[in-house]
Amino acid sequence: MHIHKYEKIWLTFGIGSLVVFLGITGVMAFHQGTHPNNSMITVNYEEVDTIAPFNNPGVHKVDGKDWDYEVVVTSSAFFYNPMELVVPVGAKVKFITTSKDVVHGFQITGTNINMMAEPGYVSEYVTTVDQVGEYLIVCNEYCGTGHTQMFSMLKVVEPDEL
Amino acid sequence: MSSSESINGPINNASVAQKKTDQVKIHPRDALLALVHFLVAFLALLLGATAGLLQTLVRSGTFQLPANIGYYQILTLHGVLLALIFTTFFIFGFQIAGVSRTCGTLSDKQRGLGWAGFYLMLIGTIMAGAMILLNEATVLYTFYAPLKAHWVFYTGLALVVVGSWIGALGQVFRWIQWRKEHKGETTPLLSFMVVCNNMLWFVATLGVAIETVVFLIPWSLGIIDRVDVALTRTLFWYFGHALVYFWLLPAYMVWYTVVPRVIGGRMFSDGLARIAFVLFILYSIPVGVHHQLMEPGINGFWKFVQVVLTFFVIIPSFLTAFSLFATFELRGRELGGKGLLGWFKKLPWGDVRFFAPFIGMVSFIPGGIGGVINASYQMNAVIHNTIWVTGHFHLTIATTVILTFFGASYWLIPHLTGRRLTKQIHQLGIMQTWIWAIGMLIMSGTMHIIGLFGSPRRSNFSEYGGAEIAQTWIASEIAQAVGGSLLFIGILLFLIIIGKCFTAPIGFEEFPIAEVAPGAQKTPAWVENFKIWAVILAALILIAYTIPIIDILNNSPLGSVGYRMW
Repeated sequence: MHIHKYEKIWLTFGIGSLVVFLGITGVMAFHQGTHPNNSMITVNYEEVDTIAPFNNPGVHKVDGKDWDYEVVVTSSAFFYNPMELVVPVGAKVKFITTSKDVVHGFQITGTNINMMAEPGYVSEYVTTVDQVGEYLIVCNEYCGTGHTQMFSMLKVVEPDEL
Repeated sequence: MSSSESINGPINNASVAQKKTDQVKIHPRDALLALVHFLVAFLALLLGATAGLLQTLVRSGTFQLPANIGYYQILTLHGVLLALIFTTFFIFGFQIAGVSRTCGTLSDKQRGLGWAGFYLMLIGTIMAGAMILLNEATVLYTFYAPLKAHWVFYTGLALVVVGSWIGALGQVFRWIQWRKEHKGETTPLLSFMVVCNNMLWFVATLGVAIETVVFLIPWSLGIIDRVDVALTRTLFWYFGHALVYFWLLPAYMVWYTVVPRVIGGRMFSDGLARIAFVLFILYSIPVGVHHQLMEPGINGFWKFVQVVLTFFVIIPSFLTAFSLFATFELRGRELGGKGLLGWFKKLPWGDVRFFAPFIGMVSFIPGGIGGVINASYQMNAVIHNTIWVTGHFHLTIATTVILTFFGASYWLIPHLTGRRLTKQIHQLGIMQTWIWAIGMLIMSGTMHIIGLFGSPRRSNFSEYGGAEIAQTWIASEIAQAVGGSLLFIGILLFLIIIGKCFTAPIGFEEFPIAEVAPGAQKTPAWVENFKIWAVILAALILIAYTIPIIDILNNSPLGSVGYRMW
């Protein structure tokens, strides 16, 4: 089949940019480790409150791990537990959540933290909180009539204010 | 490109063959079948658009729904009626007309399948719609478990799918019949495209059919207690992304086969058009996980594999963009357009059959770029489930596709009803297109911007406890309401024009179909060999989905019971 010269140039440009683009995305993901939440951990969603770490929601300093803090949050209709999270600026933090009922979202506005919280599955994301401020956490998956009442606040503070 | 390099050879006035084919009129019985599909589509459009208007008003914080009607109830209505019902009925009406126009009148058996499919889809629509109106199915059009709707809702949706399979078969059988009667010939392009879209639709809807019939219907009836949330979501998105290509391909049919004729030009390349469609089939299904990038239970490697497959649609998209603009330029130059862009002015800007789809094409540039951002693996975290996504698909489906459908309605309805596309319809249609474009620029533009600042989609008005960032969202939501109101006016104007199409002067309105230039190379037969494409498609689906599904099954936690949260 005949393909016009200009079309060949155009398609070469298109496919070339595709390769470059996917190359960058791939290197970012697999070399620099910027994967989104890919946790494979499961949990009995009906017993969440009795299973670690969800039996103790909140901000915990941890030692001997690749991160400094673990933030454990349970998501359920229509609230997060706990309602407020305080972490020191510069800390590397692992955010962990799961749902106790329907599907919820866990999005910390103004950051790259954005995970689905699904019953039976644990969601995790590690990031460094590098800017002081208050960040609204919203449920971004429809979970019922009270969906927009489901929010909480992440406060990133100077270490001496902790 | 200079005219000496013209791909199609010299373009003269319509050839004798073209003149003859321009006079083809769809048989009244096929026309009736197409028209009943359009009537259901337009009714769904009116109701769905009304729901959309109410949503933008509620979200602006200036309006409250009366009589205990819930925000999420009308949001479900909006999504189901527009994304599932309007699109499917319109597309089937268009495809029936297209096959009848290019392959010839349907046999009684083929038309019978069309009617059987239509009635099943209609019954299914009424069942699902009634459950939404009774507030028994406020689960949005994605109906994610473990939100549990009434079983009649899921059964209605399953009937819509089964009905669409039966209706699609009638169209495909007509193409097969043509092929048998014309051995060795290349089949009519528009009908080939219909077969591609129906094949895509069938393979894609298997996912949602399994989700509803095997899991959600028995679950909502109490036959099974629990369902796996990750599995049902994955089945939904196996269907859900191909769904957007099922909407888009009929728009591409208009762009490839109708628009070149409307502007008086020729089809750029029959073979490349077919290859573009085949690539859309192959790369629309094994990619659904890119809607699930932010969720647990699916390994990152397999998410990335599907991201890579997603991006392959860039190739047929680039093919299409090139073909269309080459057709426009060749025609513009033939009409005397000089210089680098002089041909652009020569295009028939006063012809709504060209203008409406053209604005649709233009919207697809930002729409496509937004799609690239959405599917970009880790970058998805910035916009996932924010109202940016809503802004995105209101550019793609609700501008690109819908303006093309509107533009096609203005000549197709008169063709089917034996009337003429009047000058007034042209003028009103162009006005409608402008209103739509401006309304959408305001609404979708605002959605994109506040989405980047984190405003969640699918959310009722909320001040989020007085949080500062939520205040910035609310300030912009007024703009969404303004855009939404303009769009609603656009829908009313469209329906008024459709009324005028039904009452225009009796006459003949052409169903424009472009022909390939004489002397163009024959399309190779392998392009039309659906066995090859079916095997490659099956292989790609197996590669993309086998291990993620096995992981989900092996890794399965305690399943979920149903919840009614509304």
